[in-house]
Amino acid sequence: MAAAVEHEVSHPALQHHFDNLEQQREAGTLGMWVFLVTEIMFFGGMFLAYTLYRSKFPDAFASASNHLSLPLGAVNTVVLIVSSLTMALAVYSAQVGKRRNLILFLVLTIVLGSAFLGIKAVEYKDKYVDHLVPGKLLPGNAFSPVVAAHGDTDPHKLHMIGSATVKQVEMFYWIYFAMTGMHAIHMIIGVGLLLVLLYFSWRGRYGPEYHNPVEILGLYWHFVDIIWIFLFPLLYLLGRHLMHA
Amino acid sequence: MSEHIVSLKVYFTIFLSLMVGTALTVWAGLQDFPGPLNVIVALTIAVIKATLVVLYFMHVRYSSRLIWVVFAAALFWLGILFALTFGDYWTRGWL
Repeated sequence: MAAAVEHEVSHPALQHHFDNLEQQREAGTLGMWVFLVTEIMFFGGMFLAYTLYRSKFPDAFASASNHLSLPLGAVNTVVLIVSSLTMALAVYSAQVGKRRNLILFLVLTIVLGSAFLGIKAVEYKDKYVDHLVPGKLLPGNAFSPVVAAHGDTDPHKLHMIGSATVKQVEMFYWIYFAMTGMHAIHMIIGVGLLLVLLYFSWRGRYGPEYHNPVEILGLYWHFVDIIWIFLFPLLYLLGRHLMHA
Repeated sequence: MSEHIVSLKVYFTIFLSLMVGTALTVWAGLQDFPGPLNVIVALTIAVIKATLVVLYFMHVRYSSRLIWVVFAAALFWLGILFALTFGDYWTRGWL
């Protein structure tokens, strides 16, 4: 009978190895944070590579960065921050038990996340057209950008600053595609998980007592947002001021 | 420890701050500051934005001590990664 008393407020979502929903919630949140620590180390390695090569080839990194589209990068930053807000509002809606709002905000987050990926695809295509995909990753489209002559303002050509070389610019694009590519894969996984949450929210599984899945996916989504908060200035803005110098 | 529900007002205030931070970082990126100031300004804004997201959107401000320790551990190990690597690269010329 003692067990029955402990599980007095038993909930269908409560797993048998937890005493109560509160303990289950804390364990789930802690688990997600431990995962995010490994993610910080994973992206940290790439930020380290970026810092190292940028300090080695400052002119090349500035030249290559200037070829990225600042408007598209800035719009994507805004899209992602709004999606973080809608995700936070989805968590809030689950906590206060507003199922319709929860569904609405999950849908908005999915739409914004997909918009981000769409804009990213447009950017990748621009780099493909200008032969800026590093190495020979794409058969028949090896890294071979055209370097602009002095005075040539063609935006499809590389405009070199100082002592930059094409080989060094290629290094920037390795790092650019590795970092934004890993970030985009995280976004795709995030959108996939949001669709699962949407399905269960539709079925009415989440409410004020139980909504830990919504909360921990929120943690993941905000983490991916933070990565972009660093990627945007580091990749798109460095060396902009050297354009007119 | 029971769950803390962050108010809508806090969420929207943080959201607006992040938007202002984004506008500020774009503006600062187009200015020609002396020396390494461009990088310092950009990273300072990014760190402030990230801190706001972690504390409020990710609820760390209202979380248990355990979450704080786990997050601090991540920053600590990240610090080691950078410190040891750059300790190596920066001092190679001393030999």
